[in-house]
Amino acid sequence: MNLDFSPDELAFRDEARAWLAANVPAEPLPSMDTADGFVAHQQWERRLADARWSVVSWPEEFGGRGASLVKWVIFEEEYYRAGAPGRVSQNGIFLLAPIIFDHGTTDQQQRWLPSMATGETIWAQAWSEPEAGSDLASLRSTATAVKGGWLLNGQKTWSSRAAYAHQGFGLFRSDPSAERHRGLTYFCFPLDADGVTVRPIAQLDGEAGFAELFFDDVFVPDADVLGEPGDGWRVAMSTAGNERGLSLRSPGRFCATADRLLDLYASVLEPVERTSTATRVVDAWLRAEAYRLYTWGTVTQLAGGGDIGAAGSVNKVWWSELDVALHETALDLLGAEAEVASTWTDGYLFSLSGPIYAGTNEIQRNIVAERILGLPREVRA
Amino acid sequence: MKFTLTDEQAGFARSIDDLLSRADTVAANRAWAAGDHEPGLKLWSRLADLGVTSLATEASPVEVCIAFEAIGRHAAPGPWIESAAYLPLALPGVDLTESRATVAMPYAVDADIADSVYAVVDGQLHSAQATDSSPGIDPSRRLFAVSAGDRVDHGDLDAAFDLAALATAAELLGAGERVLADSVAYVKQRTQFGRAIGSYQAIKHQLANVRIALDFARPLVFGAALEVTPRSVSAAKLQAADAANLAARVGLQVHGAIGYTEEHDLSRWLLRTRALQSAWGTTAYHRERLLADLLAAR
Ligand SMILES: Cc1cc2nc3c(=O)[nH]c(=O)nc-3n(C[C@H](O)[C@H](O)[C@H](O)COP(=O)(O)OP(=O)(O)OC[C@H]3O[C@@H](n4cnc5c(N)ncnc54)[C@H](O)[C@@H]3O)c2cc1C
Repeated sequence: MNLDFSPDELAFRDEARAWLAANVPAEPLPSMDTADGFVAHQQWERRLADARWSVVSWPEEFGGRGASLVKWVIFEEEYYRAGAPGRVSQNGIFLLAPIIFDHGTTDQQQRWLPSMATGETIWAQAWSEPEAGSDLASLRSTATAVKGGWLLNGQKTWSSRAAYAHQGFGLFRSDPSAERHRGLTYFCFPLDADGVTVRPIAQLDGEAGFAELFFDDVFVPDADVLGEPGDGWRVAMSTAGNERGLSLRSPGRFCATADRLLDLYASVLEPVERTSTATRVVDAWLRAEAYRLYTWGTVTQLAGGGDIGAAGSVNKVWWSELDVALHETALDLLGAEAEVASTWTDGYLFSLSGPIYAGTNEIQRNIVAERILGLPREVRA
Repeated sequence: MKFTLTDEQAGFARSIDDLLSRADTVAANRAWAAGDHEPGLKLWSRLADLGVTSLATEASPVEVCIAFEAIGRHAAPGPWIESAAYLPLALPGVDLTESRATVAMPYAVDADIADSVYAVVDGQLHSAQATDSSPGIDPSRRLFAVSAGDRVDHGDLDAAFDLAALATAAELLGAGERVLADSVAYVKQRTQFGRAIGSYQAIKHQLANVRIALDFARPLVFGAALEVTPRSVSAAKLQAADAANLAARVGLQVHGAIGYTEEHDLSRWLLRTRALQSAWGTTAYHRERLLADLLAAR
């Protein structure tokens, strides 16, 4: 048992640290959920890609460095410690790309991965529907087979980045007679295809962070089906773990916020604010540190050929609650100043969505109880 | 970077767990609480034969944590933290592997069965004499007041304290794991309203919270074992105490009234958990120490 990095890993860390120190924008970029901010974030992705930092764990032929999982986590720690911008391309890189690598054809890999790595094409996940949230398998949007492809109809919603993104990926019911988890097919489609209407929806902060999508006889060629028709659920579930677990929620993000919280605590002079928050400051830091160490355990397990499986749900509840705690504590420390918009208020509003997206925390607790503790399944209608 | 037990360490964990699973540790715990030390002392010598009393000086803090997690899981009685974690570092050069010792912190646990008793006075170690005993919240940890005698040569008392606090954290982790396992087994078998109570979401979610809390306490405990510092130890003790306390509270709740009885074995861990939350640095103490350390490093 050890937490030591190899010389090669340390060299990688130093290289990343030096590049980030020289390249991270001094001023925070405007919100990626505004027109200008979206473009600014795409340009940042391009800059990362030019130095081959945008997709470090991908194979070199697709713009990566073939970095191990350990190096990937090291990179993420450095990335957030350097205060680098949020990743506008994260849905594509972290949720879709693993599926394209595992289930995509060579043609699909060549068509989709390079422009994803440079940030030229931004992808949006289209899973949720108005009537299918937690009960995702009840989704109703349809795919009807036609010559050479499929026609998509129906409605998707809460699709992050879709207001400005270029491509979507999601599940459609291709066989209405099949049992609900079967008969689903995984499609990729352009968001400007004929028959697609994108209606942005403003979030709590007033910006259109997600959108609803309407499909009216949208043609998708067979070549853009991911995996086998009818196999969409299984394909999709192979990324659900990514979203909840390690690959989207690197501890670097929370550790960096915990460090900033300590700085804030040290700088606040109001004795009342300090005394009343001291316990929560320590506890928030502690939980970020626990998450950091927990991640090294997960990395060890994955590197040994293991699978995170349901442990992704343990992770999800922890990071989402931690994020809320970090930001609530910061706002309480700020006292009356907390009312003024700042990166802390932005972070706070975003943290509030954590217990909802990527599967609500209630659903994650069900998974922990049933799949990890082995408790009886819920009685379902 | 391999943040998991090595094969050798996992083997040690299994052998100590096997030994304790085969012994009736709960009976030994109850007897100890009632003043009959016989079964507990037998258990002590078997654990000593396995090497538990020499881990602090001859193995690494990781092995110490493995052993104490098992002691917590099985509620084994005896002044283990004092004799096998604190004093070996506090008294370098003194061979304690064949004896039992205890130290007042501020009470001397199990002084009546200790071959030697110590006390810390103004940062110095002294030999001591047990005087009055006070009933403890955990009757299997018998508490004694002491009167201090002569000063003795000692080693790094801060390092000894940190190893003891870390061992306490590991013991709390083991206790929490045990309560969770027993609670899960119970809710699968207890039915109300025609269903196993473990199928009710109100029960499932509470137990899921316990699983999550313990899963995040474990890396802090073993992370601290790899690098024992005031910061890492305080973090481990805080989170382990919190997670074990949650396990105990939820464990009691899901058992209902049977869990509130002395006769049910759950009582062993509920009382031990509460006792260890205050032992070797209270939660408030460790929180303050951690905050001070974090701020000093800014
Ligand atoms: C900021 C944000 C970004 C998002 N981005 C995307 C995206 O990019 N793509 C996408 O497809 N989706 C996205 N979503 C949608 C997200 O995945 C869903 O909101 C989520 O799955 C919950 O579905 P719902 O909102 O319909 O809530 P519901 O399923 O209606 O749930 C409402 C409440 O009921 C509870 N509940 C439901 N079922 C159970 C049960 N069985 N047991 C106990 N409690 C239950 C839930 O936990 C929740 O508290 C996003 C959501 C947010 C907030």
